Amino acid sequence: MTGRVEQWGSASVSRTLPSFGLTRLARLARRSALATVGGVIVGLVIVAALAAPLLATTDPIDQDLTVVLKPPFWLEDGSLRHPLGTDHLGRDVYSRLIYGARISLTISALAALIGAAVGVAAGLVAGYLGGRMDAVIMRIVDLNLAFPLILLSLAVVALLGANLRNLVIVMAITTWMIYARVVRGLSLALREQEFVHAIRALGAHDARIIARHVLPNVFAPVVVIWTLEVARVILMESALSFLGLGVPPPTPTWGRMLAEGRDYLTVAGWISIFPGIAIMVTVLGINFLGDGLRDLLDPRLRGQM
Amino acid sequence: MRAYIAARLATAILVVLGVSAVSFFLTFLTGDPAEIMLPPGATAAQITKFRAEWGFDDPLPVQYWRFLHRAVQGDFGISLRHGQSSLPLIAARLPATLQLTVTAMLLAIALAVPLGVLAATHRGGKIDLLAMGVALFGQSVPNFWLAIMMILLFAVSWGVLPTSGRGGWAHVVMPATAIAINLTALLTRLVRTAVIEVLAEDYVRTARGKGLRELFVLGRHAVPNALIPLVTVIGLQFGYILGGAVVIETIFTWPGVGLFTIQAILNRDYPVVQASVFILATAVVLINLAVDLVYVWLDPRIRVA
Repeated sequence: MTGRVEQWGSASVSRTLPSFGLTRLARLARRSALATVGGVIVGLVIVAALAAPLLATTDPIDQDLTVVLKPPFWLEDGSLRHPLGTDHLGRDVYSRLIYGARISLTISALAALIGAAVGVAAGLVAGYLGGRMDAVIMRIVDLNLAFPLILLSLAVVALLGANLRNLVIVMAITTWMIYARVVRGLSLALREQEFVHAIRALGAHDARIIARHVLPNVFAPVVVIWTLEVARVILMESALSFLGLGVPPPTPTWGRMLAEGRDYLTVAGWISIFPGIAIMVTVLGINFLGDGLRDLLDPRLRGQM
Repeated sequence: MRAYIAARLATAILVVLGVSAVSFFLTFLTGDPAEIMLPPGATAAQITKFRAEWGFDDPLPVQYWRFLHRAVQGDFGISLRHGQSSLPLIAARLPATLQLTVTAMLLAIALAVPLGVLAATHRGGKIDLLAMGVALFGQSVPNFWLAIMMILLFAVSWGVLPTSGRGGWAHVVMPATAIAINLTALLTRLVRTAVIEVLAEDYVRTARGKGLRELFVLGRHAVPNALIPLVTVIGLQFGYILGGAVVIETIFTWPGVGLFTIQAILNRDYPVVQASVFILATAVVLINLAVDLVYVWLDPRIRVA
């Protein structure tokens, strides 16, 4: 539940959209070690999630009661058959971690994407059109921000049932406001820019101005927020899963692995330790990437997030 | 000034109304509350009787109006599980949650302000690196995992702190730290950036030019001004702190509102869930209102705007 600050809107806007290409990416990588490290970590987690069936050594939900609570290979009694040990049902911790990446990444990427789409649309309408729409949308944002979001998510998931779709929707509800606020502020400023006045004087419709001139100018901050929100949603999803309200068993999730290991902390700490490290490293990588991207795309935003 | 306060109050009232609507409609997310609240084997006659008794057969606006009417009088209905009025049940647990969240907040401020100021004044140095390291770790670590690791270390291995429950201040240390960690990270970054910005201001140069000692310049001119924006952030973060408390209270079986609400959610004790969501969200609204008013008083520039 990383905190957020919504002070972005005040930044003045006049920037062209950087084009992405491989050479440009390479140049970016040279300029930001942080983004590179983050990118590599995130890349590895994505590969792990995509290639899970190839990378996993056993089926993640296969129980083998003959090898219950085996330690990782570097400890006494550990073996490379189960490199990170096994849990109380003899399931392979390493394979479960690899498969767990799928849930975390899917939910967080989707939720952040839906949140971004809704939030950007709301922010554009509020900021560009202003007036009554602006007032209504911003009050909904305030309302949404006032809720202890994890409590609301818990209640909704508990009532509607914990499955992938509901989790994505609930997480999206917790994330759209920040885009709305930032995009509103930026488009408010953009609306008064001379080039926008000029285009309007030339006879362009509002829809065209928004699509061709406002949207590209809010793209960079949206990408940065999206990255950081993915990290926050991963933490939130794992917290829900930890509380028993994540994607239901037997699908392995990092949060539930951690919760299941709690009862074996003293005898088999690795069951809880590794999923925690997995969450932390993934979130760290995404934060690195987000920070690096922010510095590269929009240095003025430094310190405002 | 008066207009600003009036507008801000009106917004707060509007948001509280919205909060009440959301808490009310939570019950209807799954369709028919009667079917959920009654035990599975209930007959059609029992369901009809239950509906009539609880007013579930009235039109929704009528039900909402009744909910609102009762809520204003502090009546959120009888807890299905405890058989008592739900508001007093929650009120009784509020002090425990406040003790935890306020301690966590103070802890975060006490850590983040010195760390952020030192990082800013030693920009690029070792202290800065350390502070940013702490911030990145705090931003990425799942607080519930940190909580479990602390239990493993301080309670199980070393036996210096109690694992759970509420008692003396020793009981507060681990849960408060776990809740504070994310906020500490965020605040450290914000303080650092704010101090760096203020140090570049003309009045700081003037103060230095007058030959004032650096410590005096910092303590009298730079830091107090840098901390003003922090007030808003801390207010905005209160919702997240409460959310964090929900998870952390569960781990440490801290007898607060969070633990109680989670149990109510899992037991489908709707009156308690409604009351708790309503009260916690209203608390967040009121705190943000207070923060905004304090902010006006702290920073006279806003009064004009």
